[in-house]
Amino acid sequence: MDIFRKWYEERHQYAKEWKEKNGGKVMGCFCSYVPEELLCAAGALPVRVLGSHEPQDVTEPYIFGMFCPFCRDVLAQGLKGRYDYLDGIVLSQSCLHLRQSFTSWRLHIPIDYNYYLYMPNKVQTPHAKPYLRGELEKFKKSLEEFTGRTIADEALKESIGLINSNRRLMHQVYELRKQDNPPITGLEAMWMTTSSMWVDKKDHNRELERVLKELPSRKLNRETGARLMLIGSENDDTQFVEMVESIGATVVVDDHCTGTRYFWNEVGSNSDLLQAVADRYIERPPCPSKDWEERTRFPHILKLAKDYNVQGAILIQQKFCDPHECDIPPLRDMLKENGIPSLTLEFDVTVPVGQFRVRLEAFLEMIGEEDLF
Amino acid sequence: MSEVKKYKTEPLKTWQKAKELRQKYYRDYATAHERGGLRWSGGAWCFDAIPAGLGDDVYPITGEPYAASCAFNRSFSTECLEAAEKKGWARDLCSYMRNYWGSMYLNKFAFGGEYPKADFAFQNHICCSHAKWYQHVAEYEKIPYFCFDVAVGPYSEVDENRLSYLVNQLHEAIEWLEKTTGRKYDDEKLIQAVYNECRSTAMWAEICCLNRSVPAPLDEKTMYSLYVFGTLQKASREVADFYEELRDEVKYRVENQIAAVATERCRLMSDTQPPWGFLKVFRYLEKFGALSVGSLYSFGLIGIWEDKPDGSWGPRTTPQEQGVKIETRDQALRILADWNLSKPEWQHFYDPQLKSDMMIRIAKEWKLDGVMLHYNRGCEGLSLGIAENRLALQEAGFPVMVFEGNMGDEREFDLTRTMSRIDAFMETMELKQLER
Repeated sequence: MDIFRKWYEERHQYAKEWKEKNGGKVMGCFCSYVPEELLCAAGALPVRVLGSHEPQDVTEPYIFGMFCPFCRDVLAQGLKGRYDYLDGIVLSQSCLHLRQSFTSWRLHIPIDYNYYLYMPNKVQTPHAKPYLRGELEKFKKSLEEFTGRTIADEALKESIGLINSNRRLMHQVYELRKQDNPPITGLEAMWMTTSSMWVDKKDHNRELERVLKELPSRKLNRETGARLMLIGSENDDTQFVEMVESIGATVVVDDHCTGTRYFWNEVGSNSDLLQAVADRYIERPPCPSKDWEERTRFPHILKLAKDYNVQGAILIQQKFCDPHECDIPPLRDMLKENGIPSLTLEFDVTVPVGQFRVRLEAFLEMIGEEDLF
Repeated sequence: MSEVKKYKTEPLKTWQKAKELRQKYYRDYATAHERGGLRWSGGAWCFDAIPAGLGDDVYPITGEPYAASCAFNRSFSTECLEAAEKKGWARDLCSYMRNYWGSMYLNKFAFGGEYPKADFAFQNHICCSHAKWYQHVAEYEKIPYFCFDVAVGPYSEVDENRLSYLVNQLHEAIEWLEKTTGRKYDDEKLIQAVYNECRSTAMWAEICCLNRSVPAPLDEKTMYSLYVFGTLQKASREVADFYEELRDEVKYRVENQIAAVATERCRLMSDTQPPWGFLKVFRYLEKFGALSVGSLYSFGLIGIWEDKPDGSWGPRTTPQEQGVKIETRDQALRILADWNLSKPEWQHFYDPQLKSDMMIRIAKEWKLDGVMLHYNRGCEGLSLGIAENRLALQEAGFPVMVFEGNMGDEREFDLTRTMSRIDAFMETMELKQLER
């Protein structure tokens, strides 16, 4: 597991070395809706831009403080020069919050290339797929011009295959988490999923394959405790997960854009490759900002909770995150109706671990109530 | 102190008509069922021309202006907001949405009586809250729901793929409406509604252009009561006709130097929705001989604009002015989609620079001395990029004052502090309160 942790902690170092070794472009991705298949096919390394969980004071002039701490943390990384190796940035249209990180980034941080992909919000209309295909066509052309490299069907097919393999391998890892005593902790899974968003999929796949050989016989020297699910906004807060798993619980599954939503479905087979890619992003488990008119997230979440035998859910909400705030009350009701207790926590750039620990302990006590009698 | 010039001023003659029209709008909606009609609920930006094809007895209630009316009544608004909070909704969500939901939960209509439940919900989505707002309304009221995705990029980048995506959804909506209501759709009524919408929204832009005059014939506080018709039912003939009448009166005021504020000597613009429960802020400005002559918000929320040959910003030329005869449903829908995608207040959703450019343009063409930006905690959509707008306006040489508040949640507005900020802002512009 050390390699995934290393990639998580030394993401910038990895990207810089990759660039030196491969000579390709490194592209910062804002939001998990960026179609990485096209970037990889253009010989680039897609790198999801995330925050650093450190207090910062550099974004105040650019983003009004009512927008989510994550989007401000992301911009702060750019302003502090931590992503100075990026050749370009790409936004796939999602929430208004993250959009500002992108628009302020391109205004204030020198960058050779930027692209705003007008990803549809209404993924439930039949018109979304052909529309997105048209937008991908434009994105492809733009990438070709920037990289000076034609994205041939063969390269795209290869890239789709590579990324699909990563998704499949991640599924295999998650499958093991269904076990009564999962051979992998939630913290380790978080290192894996998040690092897959910036490590070359060839490297990531190789390590996943290696680890998957070891995992079936791996025994963790710990009690599984309560089986929890994490649901909510972007979350790569390893410190929080570590704390949760230190007090008698194990995170066994999640619904995060930095988790299952990122890899859950594959690009299908369609001779029109761009249409196949478009279909995948339209059909993926949606961000709540795209989940309307029907709430398709809820049955998906419930299925995950049942498949992973979840005893409780932690609803993680980035402060000011409107899309999730619009889902949380009915989601809480839905989980309750299905016998799954939940605890809602509001996340900021840093979280009050001590306070959250007390709340978590009370929650776990409540879950374990029946065992007491 | 030199003597301040005083312009003549007089009340608007169309004011009473505006009040009656607004009352009629809410009454028509509330009593629609008594006449066998239909009621629908949706956003102020929704394509109201589409349900118009279902018949003349189909009445909308648009959420934002309704919620602003709730917010204006501060005690009722607090009741609504608390009702929403009791249901578990976060306090930082759109305050229009929370006022609306609260009114729905309490079953109290801001204009008296029980909350008149809609027959269906019909909405546009460009801001994160739009679709989610009516998703919940539809679930709570158990009514059918349709929502358009209009977020296809700024108008300057609209191409066939992007336009078609929206037009296809408009076609889909008509089929959905027929199925949902069991009514046969009338394309002639749609076509007429599209003509009306183009006429009313271009006419509003023309009225705003008249405010370039010194003295300004309208102040923004008054404009709030007038632009609202475009947010209520822009595709109705009544609104288009009213705006024509208003245009004529404002033109008369310009020709006769009739001012909104007799002591006008400092011209400002604001931004985003004002704190509706505290419009007295605008009256306070008048003590200094200052007024807000408008904003991108009041000009471009419903007004449709274009570049004119002389380089100025003016009302977009309507299809009827171009001699375009709309003959088919598809043609009507393409015009409707294209017209709406050029809405100024939709552009900044993709780039704050686009909004800054329009604001700087207004500041120059409307001869402004400064800008008051409302950092509006109640609306993420219109506060999007506002910090960047501040920087751009300052860089363009315009003094900018910022005040934080909330359009629809009085608990997040500090009147005294805002007044103090205005005092300081006026002082930086070397303006003192005028003697009475």
